[in-house]
Amino acid sequence: MSKKIRCAIIGPGNIGTDLLYKIQRSDFLEAVWMVGIDPTSEGLLRAKEMGLKTTADGVDGLLAHIKEDDIRIAFDATSAYVHAENSRKLNELGVLMIDLTPAAIGPFCVPPVNLDDCLSSGAMNVNMVTCGGQATIPLVAAVSQVQPVAYAEIIATAASKSVGPGTRKNIDEFTRTTSSAVEKVGGAKKGKAIIVINPAEPPLMMRDTVHCLVEGEPDQAAITASIHAMIAQVQKYVPGYTLVNGPVFDGNRVSIFMEVEGLGDFLPKYAGNLDIMTAAAARTAEMFAEKLLTQTVA
Amino acid sequence: MDLKGKKITVHDMCLRDGMHPKQHQISLDEMKAIAQGLDAAGVPLIEVTHGDGLGGASVNYGFPAHSDEEYLSAVIPLMKNAKVSALLLPGIGTVEHLHMAKDLGVNTIRVATHCTEADVSEQHITEARKLGMDTVGFLMMAHMNSPEGLTKQAKLMESYGANCIYITDSAGYMLPHDIHARVSAIRAALGDDIEIGFHGHHNLSMGVANSIAAINAGATRIDAACAGLGAGAGNTPMEVLIAVCDRMGIETGVDVFGIQDVAEDLVVPIMDFPIRSDRDALTMGYAGVYGSFLLFAKRAEVKYGVSAREILVEMGRRGMVGGQEDMIEDTALTLLKQRQASA
Repeated sequence: MSKKIRCAIIGPGNIGTDLLYKIQRSDFLEAVWMVGIDPTSEGLLRAKEMGLKTTADGVDGLLAHIKEDDIRIAFDATSAYVHAENSRKLNELGVLMIDLTPAAIGPFCVPPVNLDDCLSSGAMNVNMVTCGGQATIPLVAAVSQVQPVAYAEIIATAASKSVGPGTRKNIDEFTRTTSSAVEKVGGAKKGKAIIVINPAEPPLMMRDTVHCLVEGEPDQAAITASIHAMIAQVQKYVPGYTLVNGPVFDGNRVSIFMEVEGLGDFLPKYAGNLDIMTAAAARTAEMFAEKLLTQTVA
Repeated sequence: MDLKGKKITVHDMCLRDGMHPKQHQISLDEMKAIAQGLDAAGVPLIEVTHGDGLGGASVNYGFPAHSDEEYLSAVIPLMKNAKVSALLLPGIGTVEHLHMAKDLGVNTIRVATHCTEADVSEQHITEARKLGMDTVGFLMMAHMNSPEGLTKQAKLMESYGANCIYITDSAGYMLPHDIHARVSAIRAALGDDIEIGFHGHHNLSMGVANSIAAINAGATRIDAACAGLGAGAGNTPMEVLIAVCDRMGIETGVDVFGIQDVAEDLVVPIMDFPIRSDRDALTMGYAGVYGSFLLFAKRAEVKYGVSAREILVEMGRRGMVGGQEDMIEDTALTLLKQRQASA
């Protein structure tokens, strides 16, 4: 593989660094820049040691290098507050923005459900929803592909150590963004999202529960098959995405109990919530890169 | 112990925590009648919402007979002296719910987090304070954190703007010396203008004794539920607490006989089953398991044939915290699989 699509990562924290590890393995992506705001941050220093170019001047420190370094994709792992500005500046230069914050200014992207739509829409900004969204919305979609879902509710439980200060400070963003994507991407007429943080030691694996209330009698065989097929899709990029129990059918309720074990790249394995975000973002970027590369060849 | 002349604020829970044993099905008429009874008996503060707080309506926690808006709108205009409070668990309820409650006339907002996760309350406590509400930080499952650890969490909530911090014995696990250690540590660490509160559960029948221990250690707000109507074996029974306080000379402003009549005539008649330390509720207190899990575990027992007690003990062993009701059915299914595998 001679040619790869060149990328920048904004935000050298846990998410940005884990993403970097995943991109290092990619056949289609090459991480070139790591962008931070604190020259002494561990994440920037680590990226530098790994051979990336770095700047501590935020996105403004990157802009001048976009053309010469042929940066085509940027990942934003900062916060919802600065994302809009970051996105505007980079979109102007023709860079696709993959948003890992809950800002959600672009369309939601949950790879096994709507990645093709996101890519073909020509959107220059796609939003990766939330960790709980990535872990559950595929299953809501799996049910709603079989029959109408009047209401879907997801409960995401993450280990305390895997929930960073940004999420904690703005926990309502999680609830809002996830429930909105449960409707828009999952296909539920009404969506609800709940997040629980568990401090147990040793830390618990991420757990996700999906409850769907379907219209009419649930078609148990078709729903079960659809759920298993969807789980296999997610496992392509998150191998530790595992059905623990269910689907349980109780009247018109369909419940699915999942566990998400991360790959343990930069983040510990229990932080499946963070892993599924970075894996979904990397997967989205790879599909986009593949498309760009085939276009170039053609 | 001489607590004569101490003034405390009692806070009634039967229309919020009491929603758990009622599966969130208290009718508007029942709610109005009980709230009016509590008001007339001199209870100064009454909590009204879904058992899991604002926005709790869900498959996971149960859909209520009426929305939070409907309950609050029905009760608040009827109150002559009592104020109404609402509970909010970040991760379930949001700032939008908080605004709704404020607009309906809720006086006190109680922002509840697990006892090690106070920093998820910043958004809600800051906003409630900005709205000028009586703003309470509510540290749940407080037996799972040390006095020093709780002090750090309490100081976070104080820094966000809470004017009162609660030690919440959600599992009904603690004994008076546990309460004393925690309340006195927090009392010593927080500003004089910050009130300390205590919320008890009666799983080990320690609700009243623990409340008195809390008052002795400096708490001035005490939660109790009329007739004990609350999760698990219920909350500290209000009418008993009032009688004890009266004997000890602790001033509550609540009428000793008036509150007994509300318990007997209005609250006990709406109970679906006796609120007592049956083996499951007792196990929660003994093993330190979140009180609201009780009925879910009992339902899983009926459905899957795994005893509620076994499920509850396993939930405790796995370190499950408040809000993880989804893990009850999951635990029952896993225990069932293990049983079938070894059979």
